[in-house]
Amino acid sequence: MPESSSRDDVVVFVSTRKGAFILSRSGGSWSIGGPHHLGQIIHHLVQDPRNRLNLLMAASTGHLGPTMFRSADMGATWTEVSRPPAFPKVEDGTGRSVDHTFWLTPSNASEPGTWYGGTSPQALFRTEDGGETWSEVGGFNATAIEKGWIMGPGDGTPDGPKLHSILVDPRDASHLYVSMSSGGTFESTDRGATWAPLNKGVLALFNPDPDPEFGHDPHCVVQHPLNPDRLYQQNHCGIYRIDRPENRWARIGESMPAEIGDIGFPIVMHPRDPDTVWVFPMDGTEVWPRVSIGGRPAVYRSTNAGATWERQDTGLPSEQAWFTVKRQAMASDSFDPVGLYFGTTSGEVWTSEDEGATWNQIAAHLPHIYAVETGVKP
Amino acid sequence: MNRVLIASPLRSYTGGAAEVEGYGATVGDVVRNLDLEYPGIRFRMIDEQDRIRPHIKFAVGTTFVWSLDSPVADGDDVHIVAALSGG
Repeated sequence: MPESSSRDDVVVFVSTRKGAFILSRSGGSWSIGGPHHLGQIIHHLVQDPRNRLNLLMAASTGHLGPTMFRSADMGATWTEVSRPPAFPKVEDGTGRSVDHTFWLTPSNASEPGTWYGGTSPQALFRTEDGGETWSEVGGFNATAIEKGWIMGPGDGTPDGPKLHSILVDPRDASHLYVSMSSGGTFESTDRGATWAPLNKGVLALFNPDPDPEFGHDPHCVVQHPLNPDRLYQQNHCGIYRIDRPENRWARIGESMPAEIGDIGFPIVMHPRDPDTVWVFPMDGTEVWPRVSIGGRPAVYRSTNAGATWERQDTGLPSEQAWFTVKRQAMASDSFDPVGLYFGTTSGEVWTSEDEGATWNQIAAHLPHIYAVETGVKP
Repeated sequence: MNRVLIASPLRSYTGGAAEVEGYGATVGDVVRNLDLEYPGIRFRMIDEQDRIRPHIKFAVGTTFVWSLDSPVADGDDVHIVAALSGG
């Protein structure tokens, strides 16, 4: 979420099940660039805030194994990386294999060239050469297996359990958080060598032990760039906030309207105000339809760190709109007032240029959207 | 020398070629040598544990084989097949 001086500087990176698209704004109108790598499943496409010309893309296809592509010219050309994330070979045949890289996070400004990748099945990888070659963060992957933080394919989701929400403290690159669906949230203060669970206070209603140390299902965890001790979490079991060094999450979703509840996938922060946060609630009843509640899509905003929430749906369809917005598919920009963006599994991209007060559709008929990220033109 | 027939999802590695020259005494050798010529192609077919990925099949001549150790004789065609799946 690099800083932008004009809203026309904003670029929106849309990752879909059939390729990637780059949306640009000029004079108030949006245009769609792409598709990039049509037919490839693009799990995440992220701009490097340390060099805005650089993009990194995690891809796979229905037939082939995973790979990554890099661009050094904002998507004009792409090259495949030489060594994408892969587990070490285990001679007895029990070794894991990466199905796809699900999540990409650049390290902070002190580590140019370093990125983290979260995969399915759940594992953490790191590159120190801009994405060209990747290695295991063994301190996490080995510990997660040894301590049972990862249990196997039954961890879900339907297309494989995932490691996501990799957070690098902007003050200290050795301070990391990762989350797993399922598995929970974990913290390292030594650049990934050792880890500890950070899940107290988070419900795990599906677990035989309702207050386990791990095994939770965080859907999306975010860290405020100006107050990195403030984290928010949209979980399978509610919305939470924590202010470190506290070690216990506080549920802030109970103040959502009862008929809406506090289930969803994404959670997005205001880039300058740590007390302002947006969520996109979904139907989590019975068989978990995971669509807009009642067919009436709405964003909910809190401006007081979750004490109260307000509905923001002006411009969104008022009936028979069954949006699903995945955990990576909602983002904010750095403009003032903040722009918000979300993409649906039905291929629509919506934006608000007034912090959620009103919404407009800026793309439709795209493939199933997995991820929406914002960037800034170089 | 062998003729290797490339499934369409992999032709981005061969510059669009549907068939290329290969060599090796086993399917695994052919694929490994193919990767020397077309870097990255092997990992899209074979995972890091040397398992054939679920939607990739190999045939030597007209016979499907299920092991990378399957023998390949000089002159055999090696077919790389991406399963007919998707949507």
